[in-house]
Amino acid sequence: MRRWRSFAATAASVPITLFGLVLLTFLIGRVVPLDPVLAIVGDRAPQDVVERTRIELGLDKSLPEQFVRYVGQLATGDLGRSVMTSNTVAADIARFFPATLELSIAALLIAGLLGVPLGVYAAVRQGSWIDQAIRVVCLSGHSIPIFVLALIALLVFYATLQWAPGPGRQGIMFDGMVPQVTGLLLVDAALAGEWDAFRDALRQLALPALVLGLSNMAYIARMTRAFMLESLSGEFVVTARAKGLSAGAVIWRHAFGNILVRLVTVLALTFAGLLEGAVLTETIFSWPGLGQYLTGSLLNADMNAVLGATLVVGLTYVALNLFADLMYRVLDPRTR
Amino acid sequence: MLTRRLLLGAAGAGPLIWTQAFPALAQTPRDVVVMGIAIDDIVSLDPQESFEFMGGEILGNCYDRLVLPTFEDPTKIEGVLAESWQTSEDGLTTTFRIRPGRKFASGNPVTAEDAAFTLHRAVILNKAPAFIIRQFGFTKENVAERVTAPDANTLVIRIAEAGSPSFLLYCLSAAVGMVLDKKAVMAKAQGDDLGNAWLKAGNTAGSGQWQVRQWRASENVTMDANPNSANPPKTKRLIILHRPDPSAQLLGLQRGDIDIARTLSPDQLATLGKDPAYTLLSQSKSYINYIALNQNHPELAKPQVRQAIKWAVDYDGITKSITPSTYNTHQAFLPKGFPGVLTDQPFSKDVARAKALLAEAGLPNGFEIALDHTTNAPFNDVAQAIQANLAEAGIKVTLVAGEQRQVITKTRARQHQMAMLRWGSDYMDPNSNAETFCVNTDNSEANQNRTLAWRSSWKDDDLTKRAIEALKERDAERRVAMYERMQKDHQERSPFVILMQQVEVAAMKKTTTGLQLGLLSDRSLYGGISKA
Repeated sequence: MRRWRSFAATAASVPITLFGLVLLTFLIGRVVPLDPVLAIVGDRAPQDVVERTRIELGLDKSLPEQFVRYVGQLATGDLGRSVMTSNTVAADIARFFPATLELSIAALLIAGLLGVPLGVYAAVRQGSWIDQAIRVVCLSGHSIPIFVLALIALLVFYATLQWAPGPGRQGIMFDGMVPQVTGLLLVDAALAGEWDAFRDALRQLALPALVLGLSNMAYIARMTRAFMLESLSGEFVVTARAKGLSAGAVIWRHAFGNILVRLVTVLALTFAGLLEGAVLTETIFSWPGLGQYLTGSLLNADMNAVLGATLVVGLTYVALNLFADLMYRVLDPRTR
Repeated sequence: MLTRRLLLGAAGAGPLIWTQAFPALAQTPRDVVVMGIAIDDIVSLDPQESFEFMGGEILGNCYDRLVLPTFEDPTKIEGVLAESWQTSEDGLTTTFRIRPGRKFASGNPVTAEDAAFTLHRAVILNKAPAFIIRQFGFTKENVAERVTAPDANTLVIRIAEAGSPSFLLYCLSAAVGMVLDKKAVMAKAQGDDLGNAWLKAGNTAGSGQWQVRQWRASENVTMDANPNSANPPKTKRLIILHRPDPSAQLLGLQRGDIDIARTLSPDQLATLGKDPAYTLLSQSKSYINYIALNQNHPELAKPQVRQAIKWAVDYDGITKSITPSTYNTHQAFLPKGFPGVLTDQPFSKDVARAKALLAEAGLPNGFEIALDHTTNAPFNDVAQAIQANLAEAGIKVTLVAGEQRQVITKTRARQHQMAMLRWGSDYMDPNSNAETFCVNTDNSEANQNRTLAWRSSWKDDDLTKRAIEALKERDAERRVAMYERMQKDHQERSPFVILMQQVEVAAMKKTTTGLQLGLLSDRSLYGGISKA
């Protein structure tokens, strides 16, 4: 009961965290030396038009007044309208966020499914050539900038080997074929029974997900290896071995089971990092996701969009932290 | 148990299984043209609101205007929807005869009422490009009375003050003058928005060669041939893919996934230029790059210092080594291709002369100054080259990098010392640039018309007066001569170091032909594109 009470206390702090996030983002949005009015009226507009628009946007009011107005809008679910896309920010986020979500889930699956076994294997074979090789791969994956990795992947798998399609989320022949339900193209294509579009979406997703996944795999493998080394040197492992348990049981049930709590935190934070928007990957692969939307909005001083997207990223972080917290309580018997 | 064999086997088999299950497609269909370019600048596809590069280009393919300067000689204006026109003796009234037989994509005939509605709409909505039309004295209150359609074939425009007849025509040839299908637009109007929300969302209602089928911000624009166009395009469908990264564009072109790559880097263009399988198409654009010297700064206000900076810059060195193929050296405020342009290039790098001028200004040891510049390529490199050039003359430049809007915000507030920016003309008349680079009638904060001259705190009464006079000159040849003289004096006296003019280079496979690039973005045409 006690662990759920402490979880509830953590959950109760969420509104305070979110309020802090809204306040900080709002202030940063107002402090940056970009004039949001210019984004609307353009550089050529006469000064009277600039001033009139400034008043219409409420930018002539004091910062506290502007903040109260903004929070009031948020309370009604109104994130405002984006200057860049002309849509409501909520509608934009509903379109761009699923693209990032789909890419992130695929990347996390690749990173997790490759990174965890590699990390475990490297720890079990510590000091062997394969451990060294995995460490080199991890180090390279972590230290090569992701845009370089993305360009190399395009050059090799798209331009040279022709195994993968080019940038974009959907092939031009399938564009507009799938009705949007969840925004996750694979899910929507499956729901609509459009299996050709499903295959196309999977092909388009493969390369960016692989690049993003491999880059994050390096981190997950490194962390898994470090956790496992610590765990394998524990007395309970020696005890398990002394009891005559098989190597598999010792490694996977005892040693690996003991690192699960920390690994879940690593995976949750990696996922949060991916959702935040893999800006460079999205740019190179022309992936219409939240990272690209946020960057474009920032460069265009589209402050409603910046604030809305930042809020969504913040919410995601908070939600994933809560999830990690919850899993911690479920997986760790000591919290019972 | 996870074994080494299993690991290596899985690594080897994965790609094989993948390629068998999901074979990659390549080559675009023959009757579909695919273009790669960044399209995230599009804010609206309403011609009376859009004021961006790609927005203008797409609209230019979907709508017709009353008149347009010819491609071959921009000093000549030809009728498009207008068959003929006549200006009254007093220069105040212009009557257009609408060409019969033209139809919108909806099938509705193009009438004078549609043209009048378009101009009314521009003035009433009063969006960013509205000033191009409003500068003729139209207001929300008087426009219905001053722009009229007495019958289906006659449009009458009565302006407030007599000026050069060509000035009105050039302004009508801007994107804001694209004629809308009144019936189609008003059927979609919400409240008093005159159909703005509907057009803004990516719908089109024009008589041009194309119509927009779908616009997905930061993803793609799909355009279909307009079956009612007087001059139907050679291809059925055109897809513009958002490809902000030049490397992705190049790979797409090489793989055959895109037919035309629009924004490759100079290195990539140089490589493709040597490959006989590709064609490069170049066109000077109306964008010019300049450094503004704020006259509020005591050292920059000295005429000798302005001159010294102009003589210290290595113009050709910059364009040859940093921007080969994408920028040409240009030193006048009118871009090449405009009526009245001055192509003289009086300045070249002369460090001794720059030093002598600084000494004459009482600054033999130079001085320190900040240069704001935008971070996007190639301007970072250009700023560094200028820093090195000025250092040779003794001027120590601190570079302040920022995003374009950030630098513009700073210059609009006159908080910069030196700022490197670019300027694109809004319409083909020389006044578009002459006004902003020369006119400043009131150097105080009360001035509503914040031209580039005002933003540089520069008030030259002589050039201001001459720019206003040139606007009113009714003799075309005399008018051109006036602009030429103004550019000479501007080079001599102004606080603008004009550096270069942009050149757009599109790359395409040899089999793709017919793309027409324009000096202004809204004159780049897709109608002639075809694939062998």
